[in-house]
Amino acid sequence: MSVRRVMGIETEYGISVPGDPAANPMILSGHVVNAYASAHGVRSGRASWDYADEAPLRDARGFEISRALADPGQLTDVEDPTLANVVLTNGARLYVDHAHPEYSSPEVTNPRAAVIWDRAGELIMLEAVRRLQNRPGLPGVNLYKNNTDGKGASYGTHENYLMRRETPFADIVRHLVPFFVVRQVITGSGRVGIGQDSRTPGFQLSQRADFFEVEVGLETTLKRPIINTRDEPHAVADLYRRLHVIIGDANHCDVANLLKLGMTSLVLALIEDRAMTKDLTLAKPVATLHQISHDPTLQAKVTLRDGGQMTALELLWEYHDAVAAYLDVRGLGGESDDPHTAEVMRLWGDVLHRLETDPSTCAADLDWVAKQQVLEGYRERDGLDWSDPRLRAVDIQWSDVRPEKGLFRRLADRGRMTMLVDEAAVEAAVTTPPEDTRAWFRGTCLDKWPTQIAAASWDSVIFDVPGRQALQRVPMLEPERGTKAHVGAILDRSPDVITLLRELDAAAG
Amino acid sequence: MATQEHSRPQRREGEPEPEPEAPVAPEASARKEALDDDIDTVLDEIDGVLEANAEEFVRGFVQKGGQ
Repeated sequence: MSVRRVMGIETEYGISVPGDPAANPMILSGHVVNAYASAHGVRSGRASWDYADEAPLRDARGFEISRALADPGQLTDVEDPTLANVVLTNGARLYVDHAHPEYSSPEVTNPRAAVIWDRAGELIMLEAVRRLQNRPGLPGVNLYKNNTDGKGASYGTHENYLMRRETPFADIVRHLVPFFVVRQVITGSGRVGIGQDSRTPGFQLSQRADFFEVEVGLETTLKRPIINTRDEPHAVADLYRRLHVIIGDANHCDVANLLKLGMTSLVLALIEDRAMTKDLTLAKPVATLHQISHDPTLQAKVTLRDGGQMTALELLWEYHDAVAAYLDVRGLGGESDDPHTAEVMRLWGDVLHRLETDPSTCAADLDWVAKQQVLEGYRERDGLDWSDPRLRAVDIQWSDVRPEKGLFRRLADRGRMTMLVDEAAVEAAVTTPPEDTRAWFRGTCLDKWPTQIAAASWDSVIFDVPGRQALQRVPMLEPERGTKAHVGAILDRSPDVITLLRELDAAAG
Repeated sequence: MATQEHSRPQRREGEPEPEPEAPVAPEASARKEALDDDIDTVLDEIDGVLEANAEEFVRGFVQKGGQ
């Protein structure tokens, strides 16, 4: 067991035109995607999305809801030519999702890489903003890596984790619900305002918590569930499930982001190995989710179904200790066993310990603590009430992707934030794919033959080969094949797509 | 288990809560002063870039719901 598994982060960015709140966000989001794509030689007609394997209405509980019954907002697989949707050479997908530009990172195999390619998405969005600023006839657009406008609307930052299909979904639900309810004490990005529309003045840990209304369900845009049951593996369905996690906040802090992916992957590994023995089921998960988010003192007690009470930190320690014990017993806890796992365990324990003794010591590591410290500074210095627009402005502007305006970036550029990955790696990830997943094949083909790819998706690349009538579809249903180690030599010795396809056929036997 | 030795100050039921209003030690108060100075520097920095008309900026940030 380790933290390693195929994973990724999708982020819908907030979008606005200064001075024009009524601007159409779908069209603007299309401009964002097109501004970036066209500058890099990716046309929407080319390298567009292959929807053949998408099934957003399939439910992990084993049934499929009819299209007639579905809210139109749930239908994400209907191609609308006016909406831009492209695959990038780093293996990511950049497109318009509902009324937001979304960056879906390529598949990676560890939390550190997830942080790198997630931050690459910030640079891609920044470049789009810059390009639109300089384009005559188009309004300037600002983009925000956050999850709510504080007025009742929320948009997601989703994590995806590849899991073994054989793991019973009921086990996942039982052990993940309590974990998701409490992990926000580490992963929350902080928010000014309590309630979906911020009707109660105050500060809370999480951007997203107030928008979650049920425990388990298929929806993502309304009645949001703590556990989302969308069962769309984008991989061999008999072997894998893709756990689609919709409850997280967009993180700026590397430490919070790394822990979000790392802790979750390790808890999933425990569940897969049937090694999570304690039942930590909560009496009222949804109410507790809100309660914890609304308590920055971290002192509130949560009630378990068996009547026991503990704080969110104590509950998170239970998960930490279960993982630590399991690693220890198997002799897998050491630095030399897997540095990624060791790093996550070290940071997880360290952050929990500091949150217990003095949360302000986490100001360089956790988004909500950093934001709260600035907000409290303003309150003290200028005597501001929580309903003051300046505090809400700090909350929003915190996540502006422009380094000269984004408050997180200002603090980070002054060296006030713990950076786990260096800027050069992030810049490289803007154009290059991870080498150890199928994203490598997808991204590298797009880089080498951009005009001969008709469409691509998570699990396919479709080539439009000169001189051939039919499109050639290369399925990629195994996320850990199509890596550099696997097909790098074939791509190296293929001067053109025809050779590539012949070589791939030969290799497949 | 090594991971637990340094980490968990276990508080069990029935144990007294730690003294809440212990007098502030001199080092602690010096640290707080340094922290306050530090925050002031941060606020000055943010003052320089924060949208001048906060009310209008906040009112103008309207999003459609997403996933």
